[in-house]
Amino acid sequence: MAQPDPEKKPAAPSEPRPAWSLPAGAADSIALPVEWPGEVTREWAWGGSTGKDVRVCILDSGVDKDHPLVGSLARSVAVTVGPDEDVQVEDDNEGDLCGHGTACAGIVRSLAPDVELTSVRVLGAGFSGSGNVLLAGLRWAVEQDFDVINMSLSTTKRQLAAILHELTDTAYFRRTVLVASAHNMPVESYPWRFSSVISVGSHEEPDPMAFFYNPDPPVEFFAKGVDVEVAWTNGARIRCTGNSFATPHMSALCALILGKHPELTPFQLKSVLYLTSTNVGGGR
Amino acid sequence: MSEDLKAAVAAGVVGSEESFRALLQSVVEVARAIFGAQASSIFLLDEEADELVFEAVAGEGAETLVGTRFPSSTGVAGWVLVTRQPMVIEDVSEDPRFSKEIAESTGYVPKGLMAVPLLHDEDVLGVLEVLDRPERSQFSLVEMDLLTLFANQAAIALDLLRRARRAEQVLTTSGEGADAVARFATTIQELPEERREPALKLVAALEEVLRNDEGG
Repeated sequence: MAQPDPEKKPAAPSEPRPAWSLPAGAADSIALPVEWPGEVTREWAWGGSTGKDVRVCILDSGVDKDHPLVGSLARSVAVTVGPDEDVQVEDDNEGDLCGHGTACAGIVRSLAPDVELTSVRVLGAGFSGSGNVLLAGLRWAVEQDFDVINMSLSTTKRQLAAILHELTDTAYFRRTVLVASAHNMPVESYPWRFSSVISVGSHEEPDPMAFFYNPDPPVEFFAKGVDVEVAWTNGARIRCTGNSFATPHMSALCALILGKHPELTPFQLKSVLYLTSTNVGGGR
Repeated sequence: MSEDLKAAVAAGVVGSEESFRALLQSVVEVARAIFGAQASSIFLLDEEADELVFEAVAGEGAETLVGTRFPSSTGVAGWVLVTRQPMVIEDVSEDPRFSKEIAESTGYVPKGLMAVPLLHDEDVLGVLEVLDRPERSQFSLVEMDLLTLFANQAAIALDLLRRARRAEQVLTTSGEGADAVARFATTIQELPEERREPALKLVAALEEVLRNDEGG
């Protein structure tokens, strides 16, 4: 079995192929950097990985960087949209306005201790205009080529669906894995319903490494989301429930896998998650 | 104005605010009883002011809180509102900042809470909160479903209240003309079917006469 070069995430193919097709004799040009193993086990997928060198973005309410469960942040920015739709992305010194972002960051850190975390705050300017801030924040995050974007939030605004869909597809083609919370209520919201993201709901098991593949989408995976001990503002630890807290468990797993196999595309990564799910091959 | 008039008429009887308030109150009373909680509240989003307003309260704070406001991006309720996602927190007592100012201003600081957005179609109208369930009951996903059911009920009640208020506002701010038209529309609505059709024809004819007069 060929081993991947863990030093380097391969660049996404830059030149579109003529007619998006594969001409005769060109198969060698798309040779994969790694052979698929005979059996994908959890050991193969992330054994020994700490998420080192993997860049994870927490798109949320900001992150309290001094929290002991969070550790250091590579960067922290706040996104605002002015009255003329002008987008500002500035360094964020306010930390977390709610606790939610800190909770998500702490969960990722607990499972993937060496990831590089960046906080992108899209909440705080009040309720009105929040949809535009969310879009601007996600667009900015996609442009930064993070390896993983944790998005424990969604919007029910249908007029944002098309542009969100475009953004999530862009992320997918740029090899950024977008991990998005399913809604906790039976309503339509986005972007978790799009197939280019990894969508996450909750299970009630206590094991943070237990996750289940759902053969009945749109929700594709279930992770620990009930009674989770999380970091909160001002150094506190509290217990929370919701898909918001299941999602960073999957983000952390993605970071662990990418730490060991940086060559994986989002499609391949999702396949690895499927094969290592507790109810598929991960139980063995 | 015709859209607003439609809303005014659709809201049914003007002055129905009291009934809808009673409906909201009954939702929080039942939610509090079912979860065995210390308190339960419904907040309405005032989009213009970007604030959440206490509309109904059962249990702690019931006497004093209705009508008080706080910024819509604050605390857990603010998060729930913006993300339109429910959130359940088992123990907030360790968090010194958690909505403490707001919670203290209400005279009651909860230890744990469940908050759920009140969604109507693709709009979010407000937030329902249930504070301090008994410690013995570990939260499960079944309770999340139950919370969602209450939220649906509360959202419908809140929508009715909102419409009633809008209708009343239209009638009071538009002067006697709007009032007269709304009453006229209600009268037509209440006519027996065989008389309603000729009445509508008459109204259409009157409208045409008035329009021609305007044009001439």
